[in-house]
Amino acid sequence: MTAIDKLDRSRRKALAGLGALLLVPVGPACATPEKMAAAIDAFTGAATPRRGGITLEVASLVDNGNTVPITVRVDSPMTAIDHVAAIAVFNERNPETGVAVFTLGARAGKAEVSTRIRMATSQKLVAVARMSDGSFRIHSADVVVALAACIEGEA
Amino acid sequence: MARALVHMQATARRGEVIGIRALIGHPMETGYRPGADGKVLERDIIRRFTCRYNGEIVFSAELHQAIAANPYIAFYTVAVESGSLEFKWEGDRGFVQAETMPITVTG
Repeated sequence: MTAIDKLDRSRRKALAGLGALLLVPVGPACATPEKMAAAIDAFTGAATPRRGGITLEVASLVDNGNTVPITVRVDSPMTAIDHVAAIAVFNERNPETGVAVFTLGARAGKAEVSTRIRMATSQKLVAVARMSDGSFRIHSADVVVALAACIEGEA
Repeated sequence: MARALVHMQATARRGEVIGIRALIGHPMETGYRPGADGKVLERDIIRRFTCRYNGEIVFSAELHQAIAANPYIAFYTVAVESGSLEFKWEGDRGFVQAETMPITVTG
């Protein structure tokens, strides 16, 4: 074996190693619209939520995905027989589809919840409310994110 | 011990709907971010938030990684009687913190 042969072989190995390195996924796997649909189905028990009667309030363009204020409002008298039982928020393209599940009741008085969330990229957010009669309501919002959250390392 | 802030009115009329804003200092580490050494940081988030009114649960939340650091939750409850509201945050690594706010109900 000549010196050139050896060099060639080690170069090949080095190249193969580099190739393997490139194949390793760099970030965590993203959730997909299908995964979000599955998560919503799991929450609703495959019942079809109706549109209307619920508002997911969020800016359509946000500068910083690290803190995005959202508010979910449901039209409900919030009485013992007719109230919102739970509100769930889902996202499409963060590493995980779940954002939060809020459990309410007649004692909430008002079906409105606000929080601040993270968004890894521009995507669709969905809010689903479970009513006390077992029906579901849904509203979605598309949000454009300028600076992503969640995945980058520490600055 | 993290710093927790709860904003709500101290007095209310019976049957009045009162707004409550709860904030707690917590990094909500997602478990997806690399740290300064390049290794992925372990997940460390608050999983659950509960609000009890004189011992009865009136509101609770299940939180995921998509909740921003220093979780802020705003919600409402009906003032029914004088007493106290207890707020509890529970999370990874045995994180538990509670805060109590008194309320005086008139009328």
